[in-house]
This record gives sequence, structure tokens and C-alpha cells, in this order.
Amino acid sequence: MTGTRVTLRLDIVSAEEAIFSGEVDMVFATGVMGELGIAPGHAPLVTALKPGNIRVISPDTKKEEVFYVKGGLLEVQPYVVTILADTVVRAHDIDEAAALEAKSRAEQALASKSSEIDFAKATAELAEAIAQIRAVQRMKKHLK
Amino acid sequence: MAIAKEVRTKIQSIKNTQKITRAMEMVAASKMRKAQDRMRRAKPYAHKILQVIGHLAKGHPEYRHPYLLTREIKRVGFIIVTSDRGLCGGLNANLLRHSLQQIKKWKDAGAEISLCLIGTKAEHFFKRVGGQVLGHADHLGDAPKLTDLVGIVKVMLNAYMDNQIDALFLCSNEFVNTMKQEPTAQQMLPIVASTNVKLEHYWDYIYEPDNARELLDTLLSRYAESQVYRGVIENIACEQAARMVAMKNATENAADLINDLQLVYHKARQAAITRELTEIVAGAAVV
Repeated sequence: MTGTRVTLRLDIVSAEEAIFSGEVDMVFATGVMGELGIAPGHAPLVTALKPGNIRVISPDTKKEEVFYVKGGLLEVQPYVVTILADTVVRAHDIDEAAALEAKSRAEQALASKSSEIDFAKATAELAEAIAQIRAVQRMKKHLK
Repeated sequence: MAIAKEVRTKIQSIKNTQKITRAMEMVAASKMRKAQDRMRRAKPYAHKILQVIGHLAKGHPEYRHPYLLTREIKRVGFIIVTSDRGLCGGLNANLLRHSLQQIKKWKDAGAEISLCLIGTKAEHFFKRVGGQVLGHADHLGDAPKLTDLVGIVKVMLNAYMDNQIDALFLCSNEFVNTMKQEPTAQQMLPIVASTNVKLEHYWDYIYEPDNARELLDTLLSRYAESQVYRGVIENIACEQAARMVAMKNATENAADLINDLQLVYHKARQAAITRELTEIVAGAAVV
């Protein structure tokens, strides 16, 4: 390798899609402890991110690109930066609420057991009734 | 001509069914492509998060997160992913059979079972079969969001942390190719980590906040979520592929049926004409 590397390799990925991947001059992000600016050669660092903007300076145009993330995690190695972005705002109590909802849904699904059996019974009775009506109609036709 | 008319209506009705199955086949094909695309887009995250987990775990060999520890298995959790709708061949039936086999294997080993069901097919199945259900989600649609899955994953992770379950498996279909979908049961917890990569050169991170464990906790639960998300997305791709094939077969079967019926129809028509002719000739002979 000749000369010094002056760019950072940045990957911004979320569970649903890859948001950005490429070489950049510098990355700015909002960590839980405060704003961070990361230039090539930064010391290894891991931090959680607050919901906020990620600003990226591209090496060719020197222009700024902005991405919004709803939290996540930033990993820095000297020349590689990885941002694992959350697609939704996450907090402990929000997660707990979602968990409770999933639980109650399970209970509901099991509780509806009786009603579905009733439904099946009703359909069976209905089918029987229709068959009886048909039989009566056919008999009438024959008698005519 | 009574028979001929009956056959004609029958043919018409089969033709209508064929139109529907053909449309469903095409819809499934396009949805499958989209689902495959979604699968591909979710890959980098899983890859990166594993890398970061690996680095963190390497930096802290003394800290063993419960997710990484194997303990005696008394109770096993299963997350079972099925589709919401049918008409996709044996996809769900195969998966549920495979899951039941796994469950039975653990039951024979003396473990109890807890379930977490995704999709209405699984719900109906286990309503009949019975079992302890901890979490449930359905009607996620064709493009489920991670948000929809956070709750149920959390239920299972909490159960694991509270020692209610000692291992967690994810049962879903693996997309081999369009013609082939394989039911699989993949171990999620404890994480069978490939973190024992050789230490090339040691470095540690600066942590913000200054607590590596908390960060690792978050990462590991995110990883579990992304795995379930992948399972759900992959299962959708499988569902659409299976439906496409099933509907293609249905369309072909309908074409065969129509051919057969057309033959019957022509025969009946010709027989009627012949009969009429013989009647006319016979009548003429009498006169």
C-alpha cells in the first residue's frame, strides 16, 4: 500500500435494508454521550446511538449527505465504521409493552377456542338443514 | 342435448377457476421476487452484527452473557413461523410436521415445551394439538416490519432470561429454490457462536456509555430479532414460491380436465346427431 489512506469505509445497515455503503471522509453521529465526529484513524470505539442524524462527507464532492437513524449502535475501527441502525425508536418500556401485547394475543387466540368450535358446529347444523330442505323439495317434485 | 348442456356449463366453470388460479400464480410470482429482494436486503445487517458481536466477545472473554451459556435443558422454546393463508401446497403441513417431530424429540428427552406462534396456520394447528403458547402474532402482511416482531421476540428472550426456557429454536422454511422449500429448526439460544475466531491482534474498544456488557446485551437481543425477522421474510418467500407452483399445477390440471370434458361433450353431441339421423331415416322408411 502506498501513501496514507485518507478515507473511511462506512456501512450503515438496518435489519430491513442496507442504507449506505461506501468510502467517506468523515462521519458525524449522535451518540448517547454526545455528538461524535469520526475521521480516518479514529481509535476503536463502540457506542449506542440516540435518534438523530448521521452526517457523512463524501471524498469526491466534499458534500454532506444526511441520514436519519432512530437509534442503534456505532462501531469504529481505525478505517472501518459500521452503524447498526434501528428502524424504529426503541426503549425498554416500549419493548416491554410490545411483549405484553404479544402475550395477550396468544391468550386471546387460545381463549377463542370455544367460539370456533361453536362456529364449526353451527356450520355443520346449517349444512344438515340445507340437505333436509333439498330432500323435501325433491320429494315434492316427484309427487307432482 | 341435456348432457351436452351440463358438460358445457361444467367446462365454463372450470375455465373460470383456471383464470383465477392463473392470476394467483402470476401474483405469487411477483410477490416472491419482492420477498426474495427483501431477504437479500436484510443480509448485510445480520452479517455486520455478527462481526461486531464477535469483536466485543473477543474483547471480553471473561464476560459470559447468558445467551452464550449452555445450561441444562428442562424446558425448550419454539418459535414457529407459518403463513397466514393456505393454497400453498404442503408448505405449512410440512413445517408443522417437522416442528412436531422436533418437539417430540425434546419431550422424549424429558423437556417441557413452550411455543411462540407466528401466522394463523400455526395458531389453528396448535389450538387443536395443544401446547403452552407464550406469544402470538399474525397478519403481518407481505412486508412485515421488524416492529411487528419485537414483542414476540422479547417474550421469548424474557422467558430465557427468567429461566423459564433453557433453549430456543426457530422453526421456519428455508428457501432453497423456487421448487424446493425445506423446513428447518435452527437453534437461536444459546447462541452457537463462531466467536472463537483466532485472535490476530488484540485491541479493545472505547465504550460509550462505559459499559461493554450493556452494549453486548442490546446487540445480542437485536441479533435475535434480526434472526426471527429473517425467518419470517424467508418464510414469505417460501410461501409465495410454493403458492406459485401449486397454482401452476392447478392451472395445468384444469386444462387437462377441460380437454377430457371437451371430448365427452363432442361425443355426446355426435351421438345426439346420429340418433336424430337414424330417427329421420327410420321415419322416411315407414312412409
